[in-house]
Amino acid sequence: MEIAPLIITLETAVTATIVTFLAGTGLALAVVRMRRFQGLADAVITLPLVLPPTVVGFFLLLLFGKRSLIGRFLLQFDITLVFTWKAAVIAAIVVSLPLMYRTARGAFEQLDPNILAAARTLGVSEWRIFWYVLLPNARSGILAGLVLSFTRALGEFGATIMFAGNIPGVTQTMSTAIYAAVQANDYDLAFDWAIAIVLFSLFFVVLMNWWIARMAKGAALWS
Amino acid sequence: MELMVRLQKQLRNFRLDVDFAARDEVFALLGASGCGKSMTLKCIAGIEQPDSGRIVLNGRVLYDSEAGINLKPQQRKVGYLFQNYALFPNMTIADNIRFAAVGTAAEREQLVAGNLARFSLQDLASAYPRELSGGQQQRAALARILVSGAELLLLDEPFSALDSYLKWQLELELTDVLSAYDGSALLVSHDRGEVYRLADRAAVINKGQMEAVHTKQGLFQSPDTLAATLLTGCKNVSGAHRLAEHRIQADDWELELETHESVAEGVRYAGIRAHFLEVEQLPAPMCSAWK
Repeated sequence: MEIAPLIITLETAVTATIVTFLAGTGLALAVVRMRRFQGLADAVITLPLVLPPTVVGFFLLLLFGKRSLIGRFLLQFDITLVFTWKAAVIAAIVVSLPLMYRTARGAFEQLDPNILAAARTLGVSEWRIFWYVLLPNARSGILAGLVLSFTRALGEFGATIMFAGNIPGVTQTMSTAIYAAVQANDYDLAFDWAIAIVLFSLFFVVLMNWWIARMAKGAALWS
Repeated sequence: MELMVRLQKQLRNFRLDVDFAARDEVFALLGASGCGKSMTLKCIAGIEQPDSGRIVLNGRVLYDSEAGINLKPQQRKVGYLFQNYALFPNMTIADNIRFAAVGTAAEREQLVAGNLARFSLQDLASAYPRELSGGQQQRAALARILVSGAELLLLDEPFSALDSYLKWQLELELTDVLSAYDGSALLVSHDRGEVYRLADRAAVINKGQMEAVHTKQGLFQSPDTLAATLLTGCKNVSGAHRLAEHRIQADDWELELETHESVAEGVRYAGIRAHFLEVEQLPAPMCSAWK
């Protein structure tokens, strides 16, 4: 059993989750503060969650393909995205972003607005408020979003296979490896990868639940 | 230490329109809930933005719609004591205070230690806000405001979340804090007793409209509107009209009353406070009358 899909999956999911965490919490904050077009912005960010992943992959293909404006622009710097590892990361980001965004937004909206207002009137900068008040007090929601988007990135299939392909050793992740194995009638291999994904996902969700339960008792998010 | 406030803001059901100045005193806004008192405080603190007006604190313009000035809450040096105290739930009491303290590291530690002692919170320094009683939380919130270098104290219904025994004790504590504080304080309340005991001067806000400013004695003795009368606790009110300089007809009571002070033209209501009535000797009751 080739180990490459496992490595590629983990690299893709970890990279995507870092971007998703920053972009998702940032977007959640921005949308919570929006006064107009909040519904529209929310819908656009949430769309990849409800669209079939193949549709997401197809649009990514159009958006970053060689004939597109972005694709041609990137080509000037000798960058091609389609069927590369970067494409797998982008696909994972786009499909996992709505999960991070929505859970973070829910967590922010549950915060007592007086707490943030109090921090502001006490002269605390917005940046310090974000790191020391907003994030720690929304931590269980943020953490849930983090784990949900990571496990989503871990299992991403449809958009990845459309946009990044299924090239062994380059873009073949565990989930696309299962597809390839089944196509090749290698059910044993497919079964091994399937079990690996189940165990991984189970581990992270259990970890999340344990962490949230621990924090409910008042432990700090970091340390 | 002087605060000048003039602001207008359209709210859902009415228009908020207030205009007052406070100077080295405790100034109270008395009004029923939902009359715009808290919104006034939020506009002064910069948490909400008025539609127009001007707010000046100790010569610093905090907000001026005409000049396009609107300082961030962080720049205003206005301390806001929230009804629910708004302590940071993720920090200990000492950290809550430390987080707001200004100065060098050594100065901050000194401020934290000094204020923990001042508010008798030393034993609770490493406790979290949820472990504290309402009164203790309020003291911690006050300590946190004082270390932030606030030049003005905004007190938003400071005792509404407490039971009456605690309320009394905390009122005494707050009186001490206020007399030691060298800035002005603005108190918002629907409780006439609180206003009477804590404030130097007071004004009534009725559906967003601010009525004339009085010393508290003036407000309680001769309120000049129906809203002020009811808010200062006069429960017996009748429609009335003037008969002569010292005589009015109380229409609802079907009584002719004699007044101590001369009655202005256009008087519309008469009220008798319970303590004006003396049953024993049945003399002519002392009445107050107003437009």
